[in-house]
Amino acid sequence: MNFFDLYRRLDQTQSTNDKLAALVDFFARADAREVAWAVALVLGQLPPRRISTKDLKALALRRAAVPGWLFEESHASVGDLAETIALLVEAPAPVPFDGLIADFIERELLPATDLTAALESAWDRWDAFSLFVLHKLLTGALRVGVAKGLLVRAMATAWSLPEVQVAQGIMAGWSPVAASVEALRTGAAVASAWSTPMPFQLASALEGAPDALGPLDDWQVEWKWDGIRAQWVLREGQIALWSRGEELITERFPELTHAALAAELSRAHATVVLDGEVLGWRDDRPLPFQDLQTRIGRKTLNAKVLAACPVRFLAYDLLELDGADLRALPLSERRAQLEAWVGAVHPGHPALDRSPVVAAEGWAELAALRESSRERGVEGLMVKRKTAPYLHGRRRGDWWKWKVDPLTLDAVLVYAQAGRGKRSNLFTDYTFAVLDADGALVPVAKAYSGLDQKEIETLDRWIRAHTRERFGPVRSVEPFQVFELAFEGIGPSPRHRAGVALRFPRILRWRHDKPAAEVDRLADLRARFLGGAPA
Amino acid sequence: MRPDDLVQLRPDGLYCPPADLYIDPSGPVARAWLTHAHADHARAGSTRYFAQRDALAILQHRLGADAAITPLAYGEVTEVDGVRVSLHPAGHILGSAQVRVEYRGEVWVVTGDYKRDDDPTCAAFEVVPCDVLITEATFALPVYRWRPPQEVVDEVLAWWQHCAALGRNAVLCCYALGKAQRVLAGLLGRADRPVLLHGAMEPLVAAYRAAGVALAETAPVKERARGEKLAGELILAPPSAAGSTWMRRFGDCEVGFASGWMQVRGDRRRKAYDRGFVLSDHADWPGLLRTVAETGARRVIATHGFSDPLARYAREALGLDAEVLSAGYAGEEAE
Ligand SMILES: [Zn+2]
Ligand SMILES: [Zn+2]
Repeated sequence: MNFFDLYRRLDQTQSTNDKLAALVDFFARADAREVAWAVALVLGQLPPRRISTKDLKALALRRAAVPGWLFEESHASVGDLAETIALLVEAPAPVPFDGLIADFIERELLPATDLTAALESAWDRWDAFSLFVLHKLLTGALRVGVAKGLLVRAMATAWSLPEVQVAQGIMAGWSPVAASVEALRTGAAVASAWSTPMPFQLASALEGAPDALGPLDDWQVEWKWDGIRAQWVLREGQIALWSRGEELITERFPELTHAALAAELSRAHATVVLDGEVLGWRDDRPLPFQDLQTRIGRKTLNAKVLAACPVRFLAYDLLELDGADLRALPLSERRAQLEAWVGAVHPGHPALDRSPVVAAEGWAELAALRESSRERGVEGLMVKRKTAPYLHGRRRGDWWKWKVDPLTLDAVLVYAQAGRGKRSNLFTDYTFAVLDADGALVPVAKAYSGLDQKEIETLDRWIRAHTRERFGPVRSVEPFQVFELAFEGIGPSPRHRAGVALRFPRILRWRHDKPAAEVDRLADLRARFLGGAPA
Repeated sequence: MRPDDLVQLRPDGLYCPPADLYIDPSGPVARAWLTHAHADHARAGSTRYFAQRDALAILQHRLGADAAITPLAYGEVTEVDGVRVSLHPAGHILGSAQVRVEYRGEVWVVTGDYKRDDDPTCAAFEVVPCDVLITEATFALPVYRWRPPQEVVDEVLAWWQHCAALGRNAVLCCYALGKAQRVLAGLLGRADRPVLLHGAMEPLVAAYRAAGVALAETAPVKERARGEKLAGELILAPPSAAGSTWMRRFGDCEVGFASGWMQVRGDRRRKAYDRGFVLSDHADWPGLLRTVAETGARRVIATHGFSDPLARYAREALGLDAEVLSAGYAGEEAE
């Protein structure tokens, strides 16, 4: 079984269970080198050797011997360039790619000085589906529709490993070599990288009244910040900062990670791992998320940029101290150790602080406090069970986010259409989707406003470069760009495939930090806004 | 088209003035010559029909038992006011025909729908030399190139076996007239149990059998007991059945679609079929070009589907006189 067989099976089903079965089958049977590359490709780590779509097209035109206008007609009809070319150049009596993609990448692609020969020999042999995958690979546009959680589950199932070990191993960074597979299976991957973060625990949305959670005394309550969820890792005299998307953002926030800080803090404790939030902060209150986003977008961080959006890291959990993994301890004990550590550090380094615990006499008082969220610049409250260990992923029951209005949801862009009038040359009408029970995307809202001109232009370019199909004036795009939408209400709507419709949806912000696999789920929306049992 | 053309486009369809006959008219006319029995070509209401005799039973089923149909053999010439009219195999479905009209030494051929691939359920396409060729262009883009049909039937069979091994049913959507019978002919002698048929398929499968076409064994779905749990079956159903409540009784099933449109991944994924099988009853791009060349036509008129690209290619690359039969004439093609 090679990567192409896997991709074909994934492509042939809409069901998460079938996808899982295909992945498990692949991990159990495929060659370790092939597995190593397949994992890299699923994670979006494509080999650096590329051909531009322009060069690919020129080669294909020569090969297929069709006039340019007919190529364009074909492209307009098929929608996808990689596929159009595959269908045009496929040789008579082709066969599916029968080798390893590992061999293709390592022996033909990476050493090639000119990709023409590799392409032409592929075109002589392989069927259109294999060529489609190769073209996507070579143009850097290959997307395997598998969320990281599903990948982790499949590897854990195939190799009988705990999911957390797999998740951590992958988080440590993946190289597409057989040794990565071996290291993951033995657990060596986790130990080797000093900066490895721990998998994040995620909260579920709290539906209905919080009284159902029992006595407030059992719970620790914090503000739900509107910043960047991050893990701050101090080990071996260095600091690494990871976003929840498992992106290393150390360089973006020198105030929190500079070498002198690392050197000083590691004198007291050799290793410290904090879970918390990076926030823009001024005058004793958080700055809007937009300011933080603008700062992340800057190429160079000069004094002016740093001054425009000073940042703080508010820690809410301590996961490791002096080499000891604290995650199995109850939250109340981790909190006590966190208070001690931050309390000692904070006076000299005010940018490092703890996220305060919100005190209240009972749920009713807490509910009243929650109403003040908007004035405080926070999204609501976090409610965490004091006796709970720190788990990875979203486990219902221990961590709840109790958000305040406005009603918002995270959705991924799936269709775009040009606007009218002066915007007719720009894609400004968007359709957004959320996940259904099978993990398939289902459109849930259309929105026309909420982005500024610069964002519209950026998104327009992205849409043109990532169009999957065209249906008249509408283009479907790769589900990649995530947006937070605000809306006034939600109601059942049999006319829509999702079965619900949003009232006055608008774009609140562009969530560059959020992967498409983590957009909201339809069942959660129904439960949150339409009542009924949570799915 | 030009005022003195032997075949002209009128509001009711293609018309031959000296013979006063229509070909596949869209409205009721006095004399309708039919290329085949698909609904977008054979419409009820005309006074008199002329069609290839193998299509008779199916046409009677579709147009009504009281429709006046004159059955003709392939190659049989009918003289109408000095115009010689005859039907020739189109290889599309059972009884499908090209219409040849000859008048004062000029020959026009209207292909109707056709294909050049092997099909055991109907007579193979015949090249009819002509001056002017009115050809269909449903799949007239170079991305549409068919693989040998037997390979596709092998894929269907492998898919059925894959589903059966998982205890699932395989529901194959395909058009009830032509495609279903072609799949059944391909499965002849290769299935270990009867293929189950949706009700809409039954009379057409029976008509093919009555015409002497050998098909794999079949059984109507509705004869299987209510509540009986079906597993490992192959079921043929019209595309309209996909997603309907009728599908519920198959429980755990995969749904496939056999059509030329399945050549394009996006078309398959958009329709949410688990599997697409590229099996078409229309000519692919090489088949269209080959036909244009072999008939020796000096003038080509393209209709249905991608008629613009075919006409432009015939003009620019083949140096022929070529045009499109008025946009908007062709409806959505059953495929
Ligand atoms: Zn037809
Ligand atoms: Zn037709």
